[in-house]
Amino acid sequence: MAEFNNTNLADFSGVWVFCEQRQGELQPTVLELISEARKLADDMGVEVCGLLLGDKVEGMAKELGAYGADKVYVCDDPALATYTTDAYAKVICDVVMEKKPEIMLIAATNIGRDLGPRCAARLHTGLTADCTHLDVDVEKYIAFLKENSTLPEAQYASINKEDRNLKMTRPAFGGHLMATIICPRFRPQMATVRPGVLKKGEYNEEKANAVVVEKLPVAISEADIKTRVLEVVKEAKELVDLTGAEVVVSVGRGISKDVEKGIELAKELAAEFGGVLGGSRAAIDSGWLTADHQVGQTGKTVHPKLYIALGISGAIQHKAGMQDSECIVAVNKNDTAPIFDVADYGICGDLFKVVPLMIEAIRAAKAGK
Amino acid sequence: MKAIVCVKQVPDTSGKVAVNPDGTLNRASMATIINPDDKNAVEAALTLKDNTGCEVVVVTMGPPPAEGMLRELLAMGADRGVLVSGREFGGSDTFATSQILAAAIKKIGVDAEDVVFCGRQAIDGDTAQVGSQIAEKLNIPQISYAADVKIEGKKVTVKRMLEDGYMTIETQTPCLLTCIKELNEPRYMSVGGIFDCYQKPVEVYDYNTLKDDPLIEVDTIGLKGSPTNIFKSFTPPQKGQGRMLEGADKNTAAELAAELLKKHII
Repeated sequence: MAEFNNTNLADFSGVWVFCEQRQGELQPTVLELISEARKLADDMGVEVCGLLLGDKVEGMAKELGAYGADKVYVCDDPALATYTTDAYAKVICDVVMEKKPEIMLIAATNIGRDLGPRCAARLHTGLTADCTHLDVDVEKYIAFLKENSTLPEAQYASINKEDRNLKMTRPAFGGHLMATIICPRFRPQMATVRPGVLKKGEYNEEKANAVVVEKLPVAISEADIKTRVLEVVKEAKELVDLTGAEVVVSVGRGISKDVEKGIELAKELAAEFGGVLGGSRAAIDSGWLTADHQVGQTGKTVHPKLYIALGISGAIQHKAGMQDSECIVAVNKNDTAPIFDVADYGICGDLFKVVPLMIEAIRAAKAGK
Repeated sequence: MKAIVCVKQVPDTSGKVAVNPDGTLNRASMATIINPDDKNAVEAALTLKDNTGCEVVVVTMGPPPAEGMLRELLAMGADRGVLVSGREFGGSDTFATSQILAAAIKKIGVDAEDVVFCGRQAIDGDTAQVGSQIAEKLNIPQISYAADVKIEGKKVTVKRMLEDGYMTIETQTPCLLTCIKELNEPRYMSVGGIFDCYQKPVEVYDYNTLKDDPLIEVDTIGLKGSPTNIFKSFTPPQKGQGRMLEGADKNTAAELAAELLKKHII
């Protein structure tokens, strides 16, 4: 469809971020992407542009500027108030074909993962899913490899220093293997980025005021939108901010003996640290906790300062979501449980006995500080 | 009316993933399974068959042994299988894969009342891209993350999950839905189904079968037709050995608290 690809890669410039909003609220993960885009753009000497679609959303531009956007393209139309694949894909592809960005980042939310592939297919370009690390600069990429891979130096010493492709790194097979993917022949280079993984920068008031806002005309008709959103329901539940939490205390099948007591203990322990309650898939599938508590490959990825796993065996799907935590404490009855392979501190014992002792000891330690 | 389901055979990563001491994946110890989300997609199609008597066609792209998986799906109740297999298709990324699958689906035929079902994502690649990309190439609407589906005539109503709730979306057939585990409980193969599955037709589409489709060109399929390439793959360094705290008593708890204090966590 987009015939411009394959022509001249040099026509493409700028790092773009799709700025997802829902019901007029900017998704916080967008600010992580803008901050990351700023770093990439500085390495390349180009602009960071936010692409904002919605109905009367211009006001969000300032906040995007504060985290690094030089410019925000705003597509305002009542038809864009609520996300639909058809309308968003059409508007985005139209703008991309006209303005030709070199890189396009999208948050890997349920919406971003719906939108990204549809756009990439239409634009005839590559899309890397759920990235956790991005580089353009080769020196920085090599430094990243040195720290985070077991590759022998000879493997990366030969990388061409002039390479300006976006190097998109993502976990495969539940984090046991990492793959760096490039898209050398097509533009834009598209990536969806896992929420909560990249760091948000500092709010900069000066930059917020300096952001350039450019409104773009929206050409969209009823006939373009083949789906109709009948309702959007926010399920009223206690907000679980797993990805933002500094301490996560998770429970697994090991609390089955007395589920209520187990959850109560975990909550009490979490409260000692000002942390939140998480759970393994087993705990969610058994109906003990709601799905928004789930940590793991199909749940949320967390990297808190402290992760405490209570009665979790440590299946690879679970470890994929928490193994990057700074400190992991595991309590399990079975001393061969795979969770102990990633734990910094392991206690082999009955969590119903150990957790109350832990709470007590932590209180005492805090009091003595 | 027809339900076409795209299915992938994947390595069974559930609990059986083993890493060799050199850090590579020990694939020899892994069995292959039907991708879990795809099973939900098959169940959704079979439910539609129960209600409307529609035909269910299962399609997969993979090496010849993937036929065994198609037979399992026929034993669950699907009517016919299509195996898309050919050396030319190897090395495809999601773009090229969806290009090939869309061509295969066009060959099967998508009529005005038909629905294409996919799983949300495969557990080996975890990209969740192929469904959306197939829908784009077939130029039909898509609804991903389907947790509830109602199909009445041409009208399709779907509960589409979001992180913090859901949307109810309505569309018309033909359309593509990607399914998640909340949608249903996949049925088992029946004994009768297992007996009958070898009598049911499985066609093989190779490069020659599909080559006349405009989607199938040298620069849109296989390794050459993939916009993305692997630049490097590597294993993260193994974490240093953790410490087991002996005895699950008061002293152990105090020791842990002291360690956490030392690390400035408390």
